[in-house]
Amino acid sequence: MNTATADSELTNLLLEQADRLLRAEVTREVLARADAGACPTPLWEICEQAGLPAALLPEAAGGAGIAMADGMRLVRQLGYHAVPLPLAETMLAQALWSAAGGAPVTGSMTLVAESLALRRRGVRYTLAGRASRVPWGTAVQHLLLEAHDEDGLRLVLVPQSALSGKAVGEPVRNLAFEPRDTIDFDAVEVDEAMVRQAPRQLLFALGALMRAQQMAGAMERCLDFAVSYAMERRQFGRPIAKFQAIQHMLAEAAGHYAAAVAAADLGADAWGGAQFEFAVAAAKSRVGEAAGKVAAIVHQVHGAMGFTQEHPLHFSTRRLWSWRDEFGGEGHWQTRLGHLVCAAGGSALWPALTAD
Amino acid sequence: MQAFRFDAPPLPPEASEACERVRAFLATECGGGRYVPHRCSWSTFDPEFSRRAGAAGFIGVTWPREVGGQAQSSLVRFVITREMLAAGAPCGAHWIADRQSGPQILRHGSERARREILPRVCRGECFFGIGMSEPDSGSDLAAVRTRARRHGEGWLIDGSKIWTSQAHRVHYLIVLARTGEAGEDRHGGLTQFIVDLSASGVTVRPIHNLSGGHEFNEVFFREYYVPDDMRLGDEGAGWAMVTGELAFERSGPDRFLSDYRLLVELIDTIGPEPDARQAAEIGRLVSHLAALLRMSTSVAALLDEGRSPNTEAALVKDVGTAFEREVPEIARLLLPLQPSLDDHAQRLPETLAHVVLHAPSFTIRGGTREILRGIIARGLGLR
Ligand SMILES: Cc1cc2nc3c(=O)[nH]c(=O)nc-3n(C[C@H](O)[C@H](O)[C@H](O)COP(=O)(O)OP(=O)(O)OC[C@H]3O[C@@H](n4cnc5c(N)ncnc54)[C@H](O)[C@@H]3O)c2cc1C
Repeated sequence: MNTATADSELTNLLLEQADRLLRAEVTREVLARADAGACPTPLWEICEQAGLPAALLPEAAGGAGIAMADGMRLVRQLGYHAVPLPLAETMLAQALWSAAGGAPVTGSMTLVAESLALRRRGVRYTLAGRASRVPWGTAVQHLLLEAHDEDGLRLVLVPQSALSGKAVGEPVRNLAFEPRDTIDFDAVEVDEAMVRQAPRQLLFALGALMRAQQMAGAMERCLDFAVSYAMERRQFGRPIAKFQAIQHMLAEAAGHYAAAVAAADLGADAWGGAQFEFAVAAAKSRVGEAAGKVAAIVHQVHGAMGFTQEHPLHFSTRRLWSWRDEFGGEGHWQTRLGHLVCAAGGSALWPALTAD
Repeated sequence: MQAFRFDAPPLPPEASEACERVRAFLATECGGGRYVPHRCSWSTFDPEFSRRAGAAGFIGVTWPREVGGQAQSSLVRFVITREMLAAGAPCGAHWIADRQSGPQILRHGSERARREILPRVCRGECFFGIGMSEPDSGSDLAAVRTRARRHGEGWLIDGSKIWTSQAHRVHYLIVLARTGEAGEDRHGGLTQFIVDLSASGVTVRPIHNLSGGHEFNEVFFREYYVPDDMRLGDEGAGWAMVTGELAFERSGPDRFLSDYRLLVELIDTIGPEPDARQAAEIGRLVSHLAALLRMSTSVAALLDEGRSPNTEAALVKDVGTAFEREVPEIARLLLPLQPSLDDHAQRLPETLAHVVLHAPSFTIRGGTREILRGIIARGLGLR
């Protein structure tokens, strides 16, 4: 990662602290209760005290001043621990909102994948459009979205208070039982302080990168589970890890995981550059593909036990099966990348792949 | 799990500078019609190209100046090789010497070997092959039976090697031979020698591969004499030497760019307006390639720091060769293609033909997929 040593040390410290904290706090019981619909408020408070939601904010704004590329390592860790909160969403929304010059806000936030329409009426703005499957859409305090008005692209921060009665249909959850709400933004009004100029469309791609990083973390967790299970579980008088078929399955999974980490980091390092969309398209495509393959392999290794609620594997694999389709699945991003590549022609591919 | 990290530190300025230089060199070579990218791969043997690459300073760049090198970091070499492969340059003549034989001689060779051989390698005038595999010793390399016994001031070698790439064209082989007892771990008693193929006592028999090409060979030794100063390293230290270089052999761009030109031809033939399936499949392949390039760059950086990331290198080769094997399989689904080596009118069918007929070897040469997975499993702590 392209960061000065001092920054990396700070990041490493924060990562270590976060890892210790999450290991202790995100227990199976907490995860099971979140599955059952209980909002893990105490966990949020603990994370807030540790400064995690504000980690990417500048120090002047009360944050830890972590750069985006490094922040993505934290996002990956949240994925590793399957943190059942919109914590990654909040970290990134905070960073974007603050970078756009938005006034500081506190509490949980989310990122809306779809862009909406916006119209100015004096000192207020009115939104139009609908967003589906918004992560924790009705639970968070603020929703960050991109919207077009007559003059261009805007970043809009919508407080939950402006959305009462705007949730559409029955509450929907993803496969990991994380809330994903459809919200009707038609006629929702926001104050002009909540509207900022957006330099270019980034939210969807940043959301995709966030999920890619979380998946990389979740895959690491899956491999941890699978490796220790393979060493403990005995059949035919020996640990199943001794069977070459098991070794090769896990080696294959490790290959997908390794490629996923590389691809996710590629996206993180491209933040702020001209190649960001290209890199995110590669990242979400490669990581999403790996997610399905790794999940399949680790389940095979766990036998029936992995198919139960009792073993914690499902907290990670159900997230993989959901996250790969959020903010654009492989189908979306592969196609996008393919169009970018074909439009530029064969000889432009190598310079794009090796651009700094 | 000890997480893998594939950090890609920014390339040092001298690597970026080398990148510019090698791109300019390759543009001249290719533009001047001195090679045809879609008919070449890194195993294409072209001594004239290698001579020009050597003259331009692209071989042995990491070696010290006194043997003709430029004392550059291995990231500079990484960039040079990466660029050569992406441009489809015919690097086969100097590839092995630059990648592994030269570094072995530099580290373990006698003063005479270093002085006489390495400068010629750097000039692109002296080529090497690898004499490891034998008829009864493939994946199980420790089973080699070719023997070397002391004789006067040197050694006499008896036995045979097989699958020896380019033995009919290169000047030297590095031969792994048994010089003593294997011991309990089976890794003892092996020694490497620099073998001059122009000397007497060695014969080379061609083996044609399934594409009809003559690339590899069987090599027979009968009382072949090697002077002691052509021994590499200590007697009995051969095993550590062959395994010590594996991270270099397995993590390089040659493990995922063997058919890069096919991908380029495919993109150009599809054109700027792909249909949905073409776009998705091209996007998928490019996503794999982007990840591999980063993995490989990151291993190159670790090697440059003097570490030996063997598991990571095995991962690059396993994932990389799986990718290489997939490219032709996808290509044929995206366009109505019938591959043929004779169809010179169109580039894509010819490139595809070449790749289809070589693809089986991608996951065999340099350590089979199964052997690599065993190494990765060991890295995971499973064995
Ligand atoms: C194009 C090409 C060029 C080559 N060039 C050279 C060269 O220049 N110099 C040189 O020395 N060699 C060269 N080789 C040889 C190469 O190193 C060997 O082919 C390779 O090491 C495998 O050995 P083998 O072919 O004898 O296969 P085997 O070892 O007989 O393997 C056959 C099959 O059994 C599997 N297998 C073997 N052992 C195990 C195990 N323990 N667990 C699970 N599966 C196993 C293998 O994975 C493979 O699928 C070349 C090979 C090719 C294809």
